[in-house]
Order: sequence, then structure tokens, then C-alpha cells
Amino acid sequence: MIEAHNLTKRYGEQTAVNDLTFTVKPGIVTGFLGPNGSGKSTTMRLILGLDAPSQGEVKVNGKRYAEFPAPLHEVGALLEARSVHTGRSAYNHLLALAQTHGIPRSRVDELIELVGLESVAKKRAGQFSLGMGQRLGIASALLGDPEVVMLDEPVNGLDPDGIRWIRDLMKTLAGEGRTVFLSSHLMSEMALTADHLIVIGRGRLIADVSVDEFIRRHSKLVVVVRSPQATELAELVAGPDVTADAVEPGLLEIQGLTAEQIGTEAAAHDIVLHELSPRQASLEEAFMELTRDEVEFHANASISNELEGAIAA
Amino acid sequence: MSAVTALPTLRPRIHTGRVSQLRVAESEWTKLRTLRSTRYTLLAGVGLTIAFAVIPAFVNASRWSTMSAIDKAGFRPLETSLIGVSFAQLAFGVLGVLIISGEYSTGMIRSTFAAVPKRLPVLWAKSGVFGLVTLVLALPSTLIAFFAAQAILTGHSFNGHDIALSFSDPGVARAVLGGALYLTISGLFGLGLGAILRNTAAGISAFAAILFVLPPLMNVLPSSWNDAISPYLPSNAGSAIMQTGSPAHTLAPWTGLGLFAAYTAVALAIAAIQLRRRDV
Repeated sequence: MIEAHNLTKRYGEQTAVNDLTFTVKPGIVTGFLGPNGSGKSTTMRLILGLDAPSQGEVKVNGKRYAEFPAPLHEVGALLEARSVHTGRSAYNHLLALAQTHGIPRSRVDELIELVGLESVAKKRAGQFSLGMGQRLGIASALLGDPEVVMLDEPVNGLDPDGIRWIRDLMKTLAGEGRTVFLSSHLMSEMALTADHLIVIGRGRLIADVSVDEFIRRHSKLVVVVRSPQATELAELVAGPDVTADAVEPGLLEIQGLTAEQIGTEAAAHDIVLHELSPRQASLEEAFMELTRDEVEFHANASISNELEGAIAA
Repeated sequence: MSAVTALPTLRPRIHTGRVSQLRVAESEWTKLRTLRSTRYTLLAGVGLTIAFAVIPAFVNASRWSTMSAIDKAGFRPLETSLIGVSFAQLAFGVLGVLIISGEYSTGMIRSTFAAVPKRLPVLWAKSGVFGLVTLVLALPSTLIAFFAAQAILTGHSFNGHDIALSFSDPGVARAVLGGALYLTISGLFGLGLGAILRNTAAGISAFAAILFVLPPLMNVLPSSWNDAISPYLPSNAGSAIMQTGSPAHTLAPWTGLGLFAAYTAVALAIAAIQLRRRDV
């Protein structure tokens, strides 16, 4: 369980995290979604107490992180920026972290095997590829067998095999009743891995909603219509619930009507159609739309109506 | 890398207990011994201490028969065998800076403070482990430097006396063992500076500026000012422990070393205060 209350972090003039309030629940995978630079990494540093909040607070399992006598058993974290000394081997890196908590060497061996780094465990971490670095980071995160697993952009640099492995791992951990919190700037990745979403943009909370709900609300049906009489057609179908955008001369994207309705209407007015194809706007587009502007919403599920308005506009 | 398909069996959960100062020290010992750069720098410190005792001793011994009486009268066999300490202090000081600044430059510090969020145990562990390692290496180094240099010098005489000193001569044991303490404190001073500045280049520059650049710079001051200030500069104060007799404008040996230790304690205290407050 991670609970943030009015969490705010300012660096000089810049506000990196702005009045965030959210709860990350155990037993599910919660995705932390936002474009690059939206404050995800800062929030995670605040959770670990690496940075101190300017206002508000964040607690893990009911306490501030620094208050735990054995913090690695509470939270295991993979931070986006590499957090490993480049001159030390993977094995010795994990060993040094383990020793702070009296975690035995056998656990270090176990994790090296788990993340598949056996063959390079004695190599200096500075020579690791990005993917190997991520695996080492994940090993450090799981070292203390923590209740809360927090991973910042875990699939960065992983090959498809590794990505699938991470997804399975996250689901397994959540299935064991742990709190799993992972950030990404890719909605498509979240749709596959997460159960719940916390979306932020420019440090503010935009949405706190289940993935199913998010998909239901934000994946819109658009009909692409190609016609020599596009302008005529656009005027014809336009209405309060229908938008017809002229993408280029002779090409419309119509929202709010089905392909059947448009085809029937066109036939009734002798409008020639060259193409009529329904298209599901991708989640990625919905997400980009959502976070593009400085959307100033206090997010909770009940506000998503307003959000829909913002997206349609 | 082998393909990873097997899922982890993480239950039953392991809970091995809390973070303690001793455990953090064990971790810091692992960190210290597992970096190649650390081992090389320590080796350099030992090598410099001994080499720059042996070389000047050898040069003086081989030229002794042709040296003037004034040169012979001015020759100081004890100081000659401790010249290497000045070189070695740079090695130990740089290593002291690196032990902490290297964690900031690589990002390791985030892992370190995520494991020990109270942070201060890390600073104490680093100081303790590094101080002990330095002392354990510096003690035999200064002893070997002294005995090797005196072995080379023996057999050469001035005014009918052999110029080589014995360990039991007045002030000699204090100077030789004190040289090792001086190196240890230098290393910790570097650690303090590194922890305050959190940057390798800045830390090493500050260390060199304070210990090597500042003392000769005092010569531009009027000599009465220079004489009043110079003895209290960290390196001048600290190296009083390695001097015999009572030269003018120098603190008493233990007073001087004590002052150097006090400067170092202040640096570490500032580092501790900042460590608790600053973002990583």
C-alpha cells in the first residue's frame, strides 16, 4: 500500500510534482502513466525518501519509508536512472545491498539466477547492456522480498522475451498479495500489464481509474471517409454530437456516427464515397490526447465525464 | 544470458532483520574491496610512502662522500624517510573523496540510501571502514619506509656519528607512527570533502587546494601574518607530528595532529548535517 497526500515537490521555480493524492493498493498491478518529464520518477524518489517533499507526504504501509527498521523488506525499487556503481560486479553490488539487512549470500545467488544474469554476474556493471542493467535493477528490487515492488520504466531496453518475463513477474507478485507499482510512458504497455492506472501530466493527477474503465472511456470509434464531396458531407452530418474533421481535402474523420449511418446518409443525398472505414482510435492516442495539454483536473473516477469532454474538444 | 521463463518462488518471504550500524559497515567493507580503483589507489599510497623514503635515502647515501659539510649538517634522516607521506596523502585523500563521490557520479548513492534511508550510518560506516583500512596499510608503510631508509643511510657518518637513526631515538617512534595517523586523517578529510561536495573533481580540487596550495600561498602574506596563520593550516598542523626538535612557527606534535583531526571532524560533521537534509 502506498498513500500519497497532497504530495508536492518543487525544484526552485519548477514544480515537478503538484498536489498528488492517490493510493496504490496491494494485490493488483498499478500502472503509473505519464509522458516523459511528467513527474513519475520524482514521485518514486519521494516515496523512497531520496527526495524530501516540499509539501504533503507519502507513506508506505502506513509509515514514512525512512522509519522502517528494514526498508528493503518493505519496498523494492528499480529507479529509472541507473543506480549501480559501474566499477563493481553485479554479484558484489547485490551482496553489498544484501549485507545492510543481513540477507544471506544464497539469496543473492537466487536472484542472479532468477533474472538470468549468471553468466555475467562477475562482470563489471559498467559493461552491461541496458537490458542487463534493467535485470540487475530488478534483482536489487526483489532482494529483500518486499511487500511493495516499485519499478520505474522496467521494460526499457528489454527484448521481447524480457518484456514478457516482466509482465508475468509483475502479475505473479501482485497475485501473491504484494503492491506492484510500475511506471511507463507507454499506454499500450500498461494496457497489457496493469489492472489500475494512475495518470499524471506535468506533475498533476489526471486520472485514477481501472484499466478497463480507461479503455472503455477513451478508445473512440472514428470513421474515415474519402469522398470528392467531402465538404458537402461534412456539413450534412455535422451536429451537436457529431464532429467531422477534414484531415485533408477529400478526407474526413467523423466521430459520433457509425459507418452504416454515414453510408445511408450519403446515399440519400447522392454523395459519392470512395472509402468508408471504421477505425478504433488507439489507446496511445487517447493517452496522448489526455496528457497533451496542461489539463487541470482533480482526478477521481467521477470526473472522467469532464475528461471525455476535453478529449472530444 | 539465458532465457528467463521460470517464475520466482518468492514465498515463504524472507525477513532477516533490521539494518544495523555493523551490517552497514560490512556492506561498506564489501564496497571498498570490490572496486579495482580502490585497490590500485591503496597500493599507490603504500608504494609512494616507501618509494619516496628509499629513493632520497639512496641518493643522499650515494653522494654522501662528496657532500659539503653544510649539506651534511642540514641533512635530516628522519624527515627524509617520511617524504613519501606527502605523496601518499594525495593518494589516500583522493580515495577518500572517491569513496563517496563515486557513488554520486554513478547513481549508486540512490541504491545505498534506499537500503539505508537514515543515511548517517552510511557516513559513519564509510569513515570507520576506510579509516581502519588506511591505518592498517599506513602503519606498516611508514615503518618499512623508516627502516628501509635508515638501512640505506647506515654506515655514513658525520662528526663521527652514524647518520642513521634508531627507532628508539627521541621522537622517532612518535614521528613514524604519527605519519601513519596523519595519512589516515588525510583520507578521512578527503572523505568529508567528498561527502560535502558530492563531486569527484570538486572534491579532489578542494583537497589539493587546502592541503597543498594553501600553505605556499601564505608566503605572499607579510611574514608576521604568515608565521601566525601557517601553523594552523590543516596540513602544516598535521605534519607537526612528523617533526623532531621544536622548529619555530610550528605547533607541538600532538597539538598539531589534534587540530588536523578536529578539522576533519568538522568536515565530517558538516557532511552529516547536509546528508540528512539534501535530496539525492
